[in-house]
Amino acid sequence: MAEVLKKIKFEKWKGWLYLSPAIILLLIFTVWPIFNTIRMAFLEDFNTLQASRGAVFEIGFKNFEKVIGYKDFLTCLGNTMILCVLTVPLSTILALVIAVCLNSIKFLSRFIQTIFFLPYVTNSIAIGMVFAAMFNIVGSFLGTDNQIVQTWGIVNEVLRAFGMEPINWINSGSDYWANIWVMVIYIVWNALPFKILILLGGLQSVNKQYYEAAKIDGTSRIRTFTRITVPLLSPMIAYVVITGFIGGFKEYSSIVGIFGDGMGPAGEKGKLNTMVGYIYDSLSLHQGRASAAALILFGIIFIVTMINLYVSKKKTHY
Amino acid sequence: MFDIKKISEKISSLFGAKKEQNDTSVLKTMEEKDMSRVNRTQRVVQVLVKIALYAFLLTMAVIVLFPFYWMLISSVKSLEEYNLSVPTLFPEAFHFENYVEGFKTANLGQLFLNTVFVGVVSTILSLVITVLSAFAFARLEFVGKNALFAALLATMMIPGELFTITNYQTINDFFGLKTLGNQIGSKFLQEIGNWQNTYTVLIVPFLVSVFYIYLLKQNFMQIPNELYLAAKVDGTTDIKYLWKVMIPLAFPTIISITILKMMGAWNSYIWPRLVANDDAHKLITNGLRGADFTVDSMVHYPRQMAAVAIVSLPLFLVFLFFRKYIMKGVSRSGIKG
Repeated sequence: MAEVLKKIKFEKWKGWLYLSPAIILLLIFTVWPIFNTIRMAFLEDFNTLQASRGAVFEIGFKNFEKVIGYKDFLTCLGNTMILCVLTVPLSTILALVIAVCLNSIKFLSRFIQTIFFLPYVTNSIAIGMVFAAMFNIVGSFLGTDNQIVQTWGIVNEVLRAFGMEPINWINSGSDYWANIWVMVIYIVWNALPFKILILLGGLQSVNKQYYEAAKIDGTSRIRTFTRITVPLLSPMIAYVVITGFIGGFKEYSSIVGIFGDGMGPAGEKGKLNTMVGYIYDSLSLHQGRASAAALILFGIIFIVTMINLYVSKKKTHY
Repeated sequence: MFDIKKISEKISSLFGAKKEQNDTSVLKTMEEKDMSRVNRTQRVVQVLVKIALYAFLLTMAVIVLFPFYWMLISSVKSLEEYNLSVPTLFPEAFHFENYVEGFKTANLGQLFLNTVFVGVVSTILSLVITVLSAFAFARLEFVGKNALFAALLATMMIPGELFTITNYQTINDFFGLKTLGNQIGSKFLQEIGNWQNTYTVLIVPFLVSVFYIYLLKQNFMQIPNELYLAAKVDGTTDIKYLWKVMIPLAFPTIISITILKMMGAWNSYIWPRLVANDDAHKLITNGLRGADFTVDSMVHYPRQMAAVAIVSLPLFLVFLFFRKYIMKGVSRSGIKG
């Protein structure tokens, strides 16, 4: 009897045994960091070096005040926001158009679909280096009297073929918006595959009857698109927009891919730094500020996601 | 007596009917003509739309593919040809030695071994943990199961950067072991406490993925519970049941997880750059970005592109063979790597 009871008791707790490796690792590398990061964020000017020497830190909002007051941080926040606001709508609209087109052809459709998925299976740093090479001007002293430009780079050559002036995209002394557009092009190129995959999957599960009804009514293609396709796809669109914003606020490695760890053109370190980049920069010396910045990032992502969910709940059609 | 009225009515009705019929038939033929005309114009429009669709899609496909093409042709150009004032769209001569030089410059052999080792070990350990956890959540009843699962899902909302700050401290001084080792002068504790430049630091912090547990749990739940109960009656152990029934049935998901995890190791950059920068532990992305391709104070782009092509190749091969699993895994995860 006692043995049976023991066995029943064991059965009741067996699940925890199977979960123990996962739980131990999560406690160390996920749960503890959550508490510790919050703790460090509210300890004024906290850093591990002084903490290990027994320094005592006051509790307060000073880290947040400092972070928000920093010019560097504002640059990072601005860059992140600009990239988000430009890339998410652009990539979503382009992906939607491509997905709708892909859905309405039969011949070669799987082949073209595979091509559009290719950028997904790449190393974003490695291909970033290819984009950098495409936009790069080989040569130096740009814009000075003794200008030596060997090659303008393939992108500028295409512009020149259309009779346009070459642009200094990423080299030293380049314009901020030129840098941003290079990043936008690269990020959109990188973001398309996932969005196309999700939207195409959504399109393929849409009931064909809606389209037949529209055809019988003689509805125009554009009207069919705006009145049937978009509403029926709205859950998927909401999904790619939300994941797009979350990914956009964490943008970092695509910039490293193009500009290197300097996060900016030669001689302008940190010009294109992002929120995540700021966190990594202050990680090893100013843990308190890094934690505050991480909490701010979390707050922004949380608010943007909530807004997105709220809007999509009102607009989506399930 | 003939009822003229009736007859005339009849005739007129007949006539009228005939006339009506005539009318409708005329209308019908007209309609048919119209229809066929509409059909013809519709068909023309359809063909034009098709052409426009293909033109758009193929143009976009060319734009999407162009960076890959540029990488490949640049990688076999000579430095002189690469630096021509007007770039060539096809190499004049193939300089495959760029691949050898690029491989050497970036020390890709060592990086490749490091990365494959980290990828394989972390994938195996991660799969074991994921399978056990998913099994517990899908099949076992235990105290606090639902609360625990909800708590796990909640952690997915938090951006990883928030964990990294503390994890960086943790691996530099594992729960104060290094500091303790410094204080009491124990070399052993100092070494255990400091994880910088080890394989452990690249593998252990990322072994548990809540998302993969969730994915596999959903898959396990589709397997009827009766199988498990029958196996229990037969006295089969949980582990044997997992190995013989659950894993084979959920194999596609397990392959998806394996591939995404391996690709994750191949593409990971931020954490490896923070914690492992010596030659013995550097991972491939970090090594590639940090490699210096300068020759005579000029970046040797063809060699750099060759190194990039070498790093990209395994990803393409995996994609070629496991396209279905990758696309399935990706469409459900929404995460890269």
